[in-house]
Amino acid sequence: MRKLSTPYLLLIPGMGFLFTFFLLPLLNLAQTSTQTPVGGGDTGEYEQSWRFANYLDAFLENKEQFGRSFLYALLATVLALAIAYPLAYTIAFKGGRFKNVLLVLVIAPFFTSFLLRTIAWKQILGEEGPVVPTLRSLHIISESTTLTSSAFAVVMGLTYNFLPFMTLPLYASIDRIDPRTLEASGDLYANGFTTFRRVTLPLSMPGVVAGTLLTFIPAAGDYVNAAILGSPQTKMLGNVIESRYFKIVDYPTAAALSFTLMAAILILVTVYVRKAGTEELV
Amino acid sequence: MNTVSRWFGRNLLRVYAVVAFTYLFIPVAYTFVFSFNDSGKSNLIWKGFTWANWQNPCGAPEVCTALGNSIKIGLLATTFATILGTMIAFAIARHRYKGRSTTNLLIFLPMATPEIVLGASLLSLFLVFQINPGFWPTVIAHVLFCMSFVVVTVKARIASLDPRLEQAAMDLYANERETFRRVTLPLVAPGIAAAALLAFSLSFDDFIITNFNSGTMTTFPKFIYTSAARGIPAQANVIGSAMFFLALAIVIIGQFVSRKRKVS
Repeated sequence: MRKLSTPYLLLIPGMGFLFTFFLLPLLNLAQTSTQTPVGGGDTGEYEQSWRFANYLDAFLENKEQFGRSFLYALLATVLALAIAYPLAYTIAFKGGRFKNVLLVLVIAPFFTSFLLRTIAWKQILGEEGPVVPTLRSLHIISESTTLTSSAFAVVMGLTYNFLPFMTLPLYASIDRIDPRTLEASGDLYANGFTTFRRVTLPLSMPGVVAGTLLTFIPAAGDYVNAAILGSPQTKMLGNVIESRYFKIVDYPTAAALSFTLMAAILILVTVYVRKAGTEELV
Repeated sequence: MNTVSRWFGRNLLRVYAVVAFTYLFIPVAYTFVFSFNDSGKSNLIWKGFTWANWQNPCGAPEVCTALGNSIKIGLLATTFATILGTMIAFAIARHRYKGRSTTNLLIFLPMATPEIVLGASLLSLFLVFQINPGFWPTVIAHVLFCMSFVVVTVKARIASLDPRLEQAAMDLYANERETFRRVTLPLVAPGIAAAALLAFSLSFDDFIITNFNSGTMTTFPKFIYTSAARGIPAQANVIGSAMFFLALAIVIIGQFVSRKRKVS
């Protein structure tokens, strides 16, 4: 007979781990975020003073980077969705017996380190790469315009790096659609576009929700793309948190920014999931 | 007219897929090509073809130490995350118990937390307990972010099982333990394998959380990031390309084996 205690025995190790190394650190981070520097102490020495105004200071000081993080992440998510949806659709409906091979190809770039690939983009789009001279000779961009060190490059890098995260959940839910529902829609005199809008898209919504979350969340907290492909004018919140931690040793501000970022993302995610109307998250 | 446009529509999608895959693979191809560059110190401009980097992948200082660390951390983190995550997945998928929604939330939250927040909060915990960042803190950090992905993957596999297979085993007088060992576990195994592969690739490629918790220890991604400023040695391209082909080979062999098994 199934014992009542079995689920708890299965859960204790993993949940204990999450409690110790996820919840506890977050509580600790919350505490750190309200500390203030010790008067006359060394850099990096802080005392607990429950100064909640840290949050306001941190936000006001970095509101540009905040806005940029969410704007870039949003743009990258929309672009990735636009690129990945037709790709996932093609694999699911036209892939035939090559479906699995094509899916592997979507994940395959992962295995070449994403840093190497991001740096490769920097080289390809850079002054010595093939793209810039070509565009200049075609007069598409002016002599002084560069592609790297720009918001364009950062958004492109984010889009590229999270594309597989968007494609896989999309594929999973499009692949589950019974092709007969699409035929039925055609039989009822719907044209291709109407079928897509009224049948395919609604049925693939769980994939759209999962894919956009898996892209937006890491993109909003990313600092690697902005560091490699961007300039000081394209710094995102992640870059600020990183430099507060390692270069300036300003733990309270870094903690306050981390918390604000997490809260903002959680609120957005909750609202989005409610609106999109899917209960099953992942 | 209708058939013509439909034919065009179908091929438009195929053409599109080719373009999309080209986009995905451009930087991979670039990395591979430049692994043959006779580059000297900085691998920025094409200077001529050489086999030397492939013959001596550890030629650049520290690159193989970093790779070794990444593999060790990846294997340890994958093992722990797969065991803990599979246990949780079975509990959630197979049992009704009090606090089920709480556990679901606790699994989802690490995935909804940006890596930088996970990394920063863990580092501050280690600092409070005066644990120096390094090898084991990095392993713990990797288990943390891999575990949720394992739970989700294995849970999906358990949910897709046909319950009649287990009922059949019970009908044939298998007790609960035998049913689990001879029916349930073999059926869930591909899901567990997929989860482990996912965990390893997430861990191996991680930079942000690692950067926060590894202290002075290097990993492969960290090596690339820190050497980006002064030029990445071509040996890094060799290792990146080799990992790509190795992973591709493993997946293709895996596909082949599972197909053969299905046939026999």
